[in-house]
Amino acid sequence: MKIELKEISKSFGPVAANTKINLSVSSGETLGLLGENGAGKTTLMNILTGLYKPDSGQVLIRGQQREFSNPRDAIKNGIGMVHQHFMLVPVFSVTENVILGNEPTSAVNRINLKEAREKVQNISSKYNLDVDPDELVERLPVGVQQRVEIIKILFRKAELLIFDEPTAVLTPQEVSDFFMIVNSLKNSGKAIIFITHKLHEVIQICDRINILRRGKVVGEVNPKKTSNSKLAELMVGRSVNLNTKRKKIDPGDVLLKVRNLHVISDKKEKVISDVNLKLHKKEILGIAGVQGNGQTEFIEALTGLRKISSGEIFYFDKNCTNFTPRKIHQMGIKHIPEDRQKQGLINEFSLTENIILNTYYEADFSKNISLNWNNARSEAARVMKQFDVRASSESSPANNLSGGNQQKLVIGREMSRKINLLIASQPTRGVDVGSIEYIHGQIIAARNSGIGILLNSTELEEIIALSDRIVVFFEGKIVAELPSNTDPKIIGLAMAGVIT
Amino acid sequence: MKKLIQSQQPINMNRVHGSLIAGSFLILLAIFVFILFGFGVEGEATFRLSRPSDPYALPNLVLPAENSIGIASLIIAFFGARLIVKTPKEYTVFFALSFFLAVAAFLVWATAGKSFSLTGMLQATVVRAVPIALAAMAGIMCERVAVINIGIEGMMLAGAFAGALFGSIFGSVLGLLIAITVGGVFGLILALLVVTFRVDQIIAGVAINILVLGLTSFFTSHLLKKNPHLNDAAVFKAIQIPILAELPIIGPMLFRHNIFVYLAILIVFSTTFYLFKTAYGLRARAVGEHPKAAETLGISVIKTRFVNVIIGGMIAGFGGAWFTLGSVGRFDEGMTGGRGFIGLAAMIFGRWHPIGALLAALVFGFADSLQQKLAILRTPIPSEFLAMSPYIVTIIVVAGIVGSARPPQAIGKAYVKES
Amino acid sequence: MKIALKIRQTFSVDKATFLDVFIIPILATSLAITVGLLLLLLSGESYQTALRALISLFVGSFGSVSALSETLTASTPLIFAALGIAIGFRAGLFNIGAEGQIIIGGLAAVIVGFSVELPILLHLTIVLFIGAAFGAGYAFISGWLKAFTGAHEVITTIMLNLIAFRLLDFFLRLPFIQKEGRNDPISKSVLETAELPRLLSFIDPNLRIHAGFLLAVLAVVLVYWIIFHTTIGFEFRTVGTNIHAAKYAGVNSSLAVILAMSAAGLCAGLAGASQISGVLGRATSGFSAGIGFDAIAVALLGRAHPIGVLFSGILFGALVAGGREMQVSAGVSLDLITVIQALIIIFIAAPILIKRIFPWFFPKT
Repeated sequence: MKIELKEISKSFGPVAANTKINLSVSSGETLGLLGENGAGKTTLMNILTGLYKPDSGQVLIRGQQREFSNPRDAIKNGIGMVHQHFMLVPVFSVTENVILGNEPTSAVNRINLKEAREKVQNISSKYNLDVDPDELVERLPVGVQQRVEIIKILFRKAELLIFDEPTAVLTPQEVSDFFMIVNSLKNSGKAIIFITHKLHEVIQICDRINILRRGKVVGEVNPKKTSNSKLAELMVGRSVNLNTKRKKIDPGDVLLKVRNLHVISDKKEKVISDVNLKLHKKEILGIAGVQGNGQTEFIEALTGLRKISSGEIFYFDKNCTNFTPRKIHQMGIKHIPEDRQKQGLINEFSLTENIILNTYYEADFSKNISLNWNNARSEAARVMKQFDVRASSESSPANNLSGGNQQKLVIGREMSRKINLLIASQPTRGVDVGSIEYIHGQIIAARNSGIGILLNSTELEEIIALSDRIVVFFEGKIVAELPSNTDPKIIGLAMAGVIT
Repeated sequence: MKKLIQSQQPINMNRVHGSLIAGSFLILLAIFVFILFGFGVEGEATFRLSRPSDPYALPNLVLPAENSIGIASLIIAFFGARLIVKTPKEYTVFFALSFFLAVAAFLVWATAGKSFSLTGMLQATVVRAVPIALAAMAGIMCERVAVINIGIEGMMLAGAFAGALFGSIFGSVLGLLIAITVGGVFGLILALLVVTFRVDQIIAGVAINILVLGLTSFFTSHLLKKNPHLNDAAVFKAIQIPILAELPIIGPMLFRHNIFVYLAILIVFSTTFYLFKTAYGLRARAVGEHPKAAETLGISVIKTRFVNVIIGGMIAGFGGAWFTLGSVGRFDEGMTGGRGFIGLAAMIFGRWHPIGALLAALVFGFADSLQQKLAILRTPIPSEFLAMSPYIVTIIVVAGIVGSARPPQAIGKAYVKES
Repeated sequence: MKIALKIRQTFSVDKATFLDVFIIPILATSLAITVGLLLLLLSGESYQTALRALISLFVGSFGSVSALSETLTASTPLIFAALGIAIGFRAGLFNIGAEGQIIIGGLAAVIVGFSVELPILLHLTIVLFIGAAFGAGYAFISGWLKAFTGAHEVITTIMLNLIAFRLLDFFLRLPFIQKEGRNDPISKSVLETAELPRLLSFIDPNLRIHAGFLLAVLAVVLVYWIIFHTTIGFEFRTVGTNIHAAKYAGVNSSLAVILAMSAAGLCAGLAGASQISGVLGRATSGFSAGIGFDAIAVALLGRAHPIGVLFSGILFGALVAGGREMQVSAGVSLDLITVIQALIIIFIAAPILIKRIFPWFFPKT
């Protein structure tokens, strides 16, 4: 089976997401689709799976033109996709998730659960995808959830499997398991499209690589005859310095001390147990770990957003356990939250309002209860200038800004006022390469100026590039503390909980 | 404007109450029961369990008032102490039993020295639970596909009006069918507003309530008042189920009703079957939990929401017809009296499950019939306060027992299909 | 369209905002009135009646000094209550309980109004203050329940409305409150010292517009200042727009929810008190007259903005005043106004609908 996309174009309003894209993939082949955030990869795949309709262009399957008016058509034509954010219903069982939309039924539309379970088990054993068909999806680890997604599309007899950023949530160990699954699917005659922005992954797993930039295919590369830097250049459109320059400097005094920290989640489960760490001035301490191993809750506990059930936190030798977020902020601990859309900004508010989001009560911006908008506006203008936030004016709403500019606004807001400690969580998630370079530069400059930085990132490369020291989180515990020049493989094993 | 109100998800749905607080609350309740009802009460409370004419008549239940109340408060206090010492997983059972005992103590107090038909009260409970249970079913149908339906009250009012008007013209059966249709039409309007035009779901529901209140009142004064014969429908007669109706207590409670009660029970069980056993139900729930996932599997979120909300409207219309065709035969302005909202509370209480909601509706039906029947006993409690009891129970339920209940995850959010 | 441009320049708003704030409300109102008249025809009334209804709607609201006085009198409690609902909206709360808060506030006001003897200005101040305080206290219940148990304010405020109706009936029959020699639920009348002075009594003592309207305008300014120029308003808006960001910003969201709800009740309580001491003079079982529900529409029409609330409040006051005239001279039930109000809410909340019906007002995108 061969699937071809011919001259596909798609725009959203004035924004062209895809422009005249051509590509093809055949059975027994893994095609890599490489591109930055916003290069148009996901839009293209949503067209292929029938979620979007292209403005122009054709989809050919076995040489015949097909039009998909909805996902059902694409499914019927053997196309299935594992989305970056899993499309699973958490409160449904594995079987229910797999059969949803194609349920085997008996009289009066009643679901034949027995038959369904058997089918799931057959696929699961045929392709070595081990899952319990009766378990609720919300109780499964992400690696297993991904298997459910794969079973889901195999159940629909997919011939083309599309994976959108499949490794983002996996440990290095799970990634290598996943690659084995991909290869065995390929060898059993499936066509595979592998979407990612991670250079080494495409080189490792793909037979062919197409590179997407600003909605266009800008090149096709043989993975055996290319290098990381060559791919990066094609992806970004200019030469990129993959290695952040970082002078080694000696750390200063202890700034933050965490002792025997225990935290409980909303579901009353232990998410952080017995965490100890020290952070010095002039030091970047990286927190490595696969998403969901307690990093989020740890940072919430440090910043006062989550109650600490036992343990202590010292900042400049002052006990600040269970202080309110405001008190902690006032003491000079600034927090770049992991989700700027959800926490860091209010999309509907103007940039000025966002600039005073957590300082509106300070004397600079208010007297008694009356707000001083003039000061707020000039502060906004100052931050925007200093941190290169590009926007039409400081009164435009935050959701008019690109991801990179939003993030620079948040970072600017936190770094431009009294600061001794910066807690940066996923500071470059979902931003363009230009902004990543800029943000990394700012973080290193801050460290050189004497600030202590706690950097939480699920991108291992980012942790390695920036950190002076690395702690690895696994299941709510620190399982390893490593120097920054540690072999990434060893860090990966620690992230998987293999070595402690 | 839409944005302004969208973020009004409950701040904390999962607050778990400490055992100390829960236990102390029950001990306080025990003291409250003892002081308020136990002091100065004399005589015996006689509860009639059957009518003398019944084929299998049961003897009256006679309780010594003072002792019974004392024992009840002691048991409640014991439960409270138990909760303080150690909180078992089923602590809600302790709560439920305690409340049951408190209500029983209250009844004994009110009946002391008199006699009271318990069977009649239970029968009224079932009847009163019907509109509330139906409102809850309508709510479940909508909320399971993530559409909040605050407009149930209005849909019921519309059903009540249509039932009276068309029942007067075409007879009760046709009137009932038209009432159901009218409910469905308002379901369609709600679906159009919230699914197609993405109006904030609560605003749309409130608007429907006001609209129906205005429309029915307007037509009442312009049509029904001028033509009294248009507001005089025949009420569905009770159908006695052979043999079963003769059983003591259970017979009058369950098997001597009109079709509204029987159909309501049928609707509860079919809703359960539909949601949890059929493919369409699975899809509906998927749309309520994770619409995007459903869409990627070729399930039309929009169509699913339309269908379920319309069915919800039809159930509400049927529930509304109870007020006229199932009860008094004539329409009065605002006669639903908040039952639609109480139904929503029953839905939450029943954790979005039809059977749970039915049980909750029976609790509310009990509170509703209690105030009606207690008027006969001439207690010193003012009738207005008795009339408030269902509303107060609703607030307590919504505030206290929301607990671990988890609404469908996509609730309140409009689905934007990208294209 | 030239006028449109002028208005836009005067208020210096961009085209999208202009459409949103001016054009859509105007179209929505006209459409709602049109549908209302169609309904009148549907109910079997003649064209003449419908026409007369339409004319009396305008004559009764803006046609004379006395009509204007009636419009502003009717708009006063609407503005008060809608300001409260607008504060709630800004904080992400949907206060359906204004009706109950009006009842409780008005009831408290009437009791203080007839039972205490005080000098003229002091008495009035205390009556208004008590009304506001009781309204706030009643709303506080919902705010507290929301903040500490997660109970949705929509359900609790509706239940508190129903409870308020029963409480009112109960209190109005207490011998201390009930008017002497009456069996129906009606209170004693407030003393003259507790009455809001009529503004135009020098022209005609029957013109009912009272000082409460000026207080309402004052409240508009005050609420505007609170929402947009104070830290409290900033906190309300933060909590109402993005609760996670509010927590991140260190805002005490429970406190903000309780404060916003109480402030909403305070406004509604004032609506009740001003109705008692400005218009009615006593409480009866239906004295709240659905003002609390109409105010929801007013707040929505005014886009939860105090200035918008002022104008939409006057528009709704006009609908009420015109509706009464319509009832008298065309024999059309006042309930038609309720229908029109509900339709306005629907059309305002569904701008896409308005854009589809009147495409030529809106630029194509």
